Amino acid sequence: MRTTKVEEAAALVPDGATLMVGGFMGVGSPEGLIDELVRQGRRDLTVIANDSAQPGVGIGKLVTAGALRRLIASHIGLNPETQQLMNSGRLQVDLVPQGTLIERIRAAGHGLGGVLTPTGVGTLVEEGKQKIEVDGRPYLLETALHADFALVQAFMADYLGNLVYALTARNFNPVIAMAGKTVIAEVEQIVPVGMISPDHVVTPAVLVDYLVGRC
Amino acid sequence: MDAQTIIARRIALELKEGMLVNLGIGIPTLVANYVPPGMHVYFQSENGLIGTGPVPDVDLVQARLTDAGGRPVTAIPGASTFDSSISFGLIRGGHVDMTVLGGLQVDAQGRLANWMIPGKMVPGMGGAMDLVTGAKRVVVAMQHTAKGAPKIVERCALPLTSARPIDLVVTELAVIAQEGGRLRLLETAPGVSVEQVLAATEAKLEVAEHVGTMALG
Repeated sequence: MRTTKVEEAAALVPDGATLMVGGFMGVGSPEGLIDELVRQGRRDLTVIANDSAQPGVGIGKLVTAGALRRLIASHIGLNPETQQLMNSGRLQVDLVPQGTLIERIRAAGHGLGGVLTPTGVGTLVEEGKQKIEVDGRPYLLETALHADFALVQAFMADYLGNLVYALTARNFNPVIAMAGKTVIAEVEQIVPVGMISPDHVVTPAVLVDYLVGRC
Repeated sequence: MDAQTIIARRIALELKEGMLVNLGIGIPTLVANYVPPGMHVYFQSENGLIGTGPVPDVDLVQARLTDAGGRPVTAIPGASTFDSSISFGLIRGGHVDMTVLGGLQVDAQGRLANWMIPGKMVPGMGGAMDLVTGAKRVVVAMQHTAKGAPKIVERCALPLTSARPIDLVVTELAVIAQEGGRLRLLETAPGVSVEQVLAATEAKLEVAEHVGTMALG
């Protein structure tokens, strides 16, 4: 694990990279890293995240800046810019049920090829997917989603990179921290080792590659 | 009383002590205002909270404590927070006792369409497909018609949210249950006749032997 400045952390992400980004309607998104990716003019990114927030908030800033080529998300309803870009063919949007999205990410982080879920059976979501019956009930095979980077936001880290989250800002963050090949965590507070009890660590430090303090 | 209030107050009577309940956006959110006095239910917010409380005073807003629309909320004593995998494990795993969701259409078998209007409104399904597939009981809160057109139809023209039929539809005119893949009219709103409900409904409804009058909690 290395601590690094936000400019250097963002510079690790090349054009065309696939990123998982934490946050739910912007709550729990790494705003400093996102601002810096926009400032550095990153292009052609694929973002995997719950939603695209709103213009000016979280992932919405990447949408406005034209940094995305593709978005894999469960909800874009509160960001009209995402919908306009999708409708005009300038942004590929893959809509995935929220519970399926988080499990596909979790599968990647946990070394699984995918998961079987009943969600989506008998709807548009099942198109092109393998249907598997288990104990007489149909499930869809939803495959693991991998990413080059996970951009995580946490409430607190110790100097080693053990992470703790706050309230509903947790959402996708601990799950993407397992799944990104390179994990960059932006945190609100950094405290000495030992201040976070082992029982309270949510993301173990070994998962975190880069730690960015207050931006 | 306006249509939304009638619907929310009737659905509140479906709540039971100790339930874990997930409310969708729109009319369903209003149900929280009519929890019977003295009853304790837990509301889940799918962004990772059980024990969602009322909207806080401006001075008490905590930016990291929000509902599924990203708006500030409070947490009641005994609340818990968790990640999205656990949140949807609760939903898909049958741990949510009841979900109340808005609806665009419900078909004659009780299947719901509520997540997109092709070519017009494509917001994404969010958690709706998981909720309808996994919650123990699914209640739809919607107005009976849209611009005069019935929303309870023979076949949904809009894409389905789940193949699993819903359990109950509550509108400003009626309470309709899905039983064995058929819709059954159980109650009408005060002052509304069975004939009026049938005239505003495209799908064929069975009519209960004794159609009650909707109580409003």
